[in-house]
Amino acid sequence: MEVPILKQGDFLIATIQSALTDSDLLHLRTALVQQVVRLRSKGVIVDVTALDVMDSFATRTVRDLAHMIKLRGAATVIVGIQPEVALSMVQLGLTLEGVATALDLEEGLAYLSRKFRWG
Amino acid sequence: MKGNNPRAMAPPAPARDEDISSLLRELVAHLRQNRTDLREEWARRITEAELLTAMSREEVFAEATSVYDNYVEALETGTFEALQAYARNLSERIIPRGVETHEVVGIVLLLRDVLARSLFSKYHEDFDKLNRILDAYEPAANRIAITVAVGFVQERERIIREQQEAIRELSTPVLQVRERLLILPIIGLIDPQRARQLTEQLLRGIRTNRAKVVVIDITGVPVMDSNVANHLVQTVEASRLLGATVIVTGLSPEIAQTLVNIGVDLSKMNTVGDLQGGIEEAERLLGYKVEPLVEASQAGAGT
Repeated sequence: MEVPILKQGDFLIATIQSALTDSDLLHLRTALVQQVVRLRSKGVIVDVTALDVMDSFATRTVRDLAHMIKLRGAATVIVGIQPEVALSMVQLGLTLEGVATALDLEEGLAYLSRKFRWG
Repeated sequence: MKGNNPRAMAPPAPARDEDISSLLRELVAHLRQNRTDLREEWARRITEAELLTAMSREEVFAEATSVYDNYVEALETGTFEALQAYARNLSERIIPRGVETHEVVGIVLLLRDVLARSLFSKYHEDFDKLNRILDAYEPAANRIAITVAVGFVQERERIIREQQEAIRELSTPVLQVRERLLILPIIGLIDPQRARQLTEQLLRGIRTNRAKVVVIDITGVPVMDSNVANHLVQTVEASRLLGATVIVTGLSPEIAQTLVNIGVDLSKMNTVGDLQGGIEEAERLLGYKVEPLVEASQAGAGT
């Protein structure tokens, strides 16, 4: 299932709406990394509110995605991780090191706006 | 000496049972007859051995009387339910006063000794009879001692369980002190189960209150082992995944030393000395600035 990528001002928003297969995730990663420069976006928001589980592959893919986008000159923020998902992630040692996170889409937008307003 | 007596072993079981019950009857009659003396002797031995020091002499004597009566009754009837109930009731009364297990076991064994001595002196002329009486008495007395000791220990365990339950139920509140700022004061020992419960509550609190900063205050936590420390680190990381920053305050010198000694990775933890400092830091992160009103500060200076 393809994840829609929406352009909102300077930012791209990818909202994951259901559980994704590994190849869907890789596809999302490739699409975002391509589009972020093509659309001259400064930031990317990945919304994972709908995910009940984030396994090691998903976490690694998301982390890699954030690092790749950083190399492409933009910022990434992951939003909407559920409390239970967060708990099981840290218990598995998956902590999304070096990746910005926010409570939900609104917070994520606020985070990116702040970041770009102040440099 | 009783085990070596071939005569005691020889009779067939039914005859022996009858024998034992008649012997026990005789024994009980003897104990009833000498109730006052034996009871006093027992109370004296208890004081002498410095057991039950938490209780007054009169109390010891009163309890000794009822234990004695229950003891004789258990010997007579061969049923232990009444004694069990009494032991539980007694434990309930004396545990809060700081009576220890060794004291309870000690006094029951003393009673056993006192009674055995009285049997020796009564039957010392008829060695054979003494042997048979002891054969009847000893297993019953041992069972009584076990019943009382087990009753005491069970009562203690029940109290411990109740207390654990109470501690678990003491909810750890997640409190909002400012818009988007939560505090989580933790008091008391943390075991893995409580740590997990705390984390879940906090994460839920972050979501419902849309918190950006959380201050976890552990001033009230006396000790912390590596499990709990790791759990704390996990809580910090999980909160970050929800987009909240955690500030830990009130680490005692002992806990600081333990954490460094056991090598818990605390690089991700944001720590401030006390709760006040933690809240100030949180306000700074949130962009609040708290200033005293001019009038208030003047009024304060005036008084």
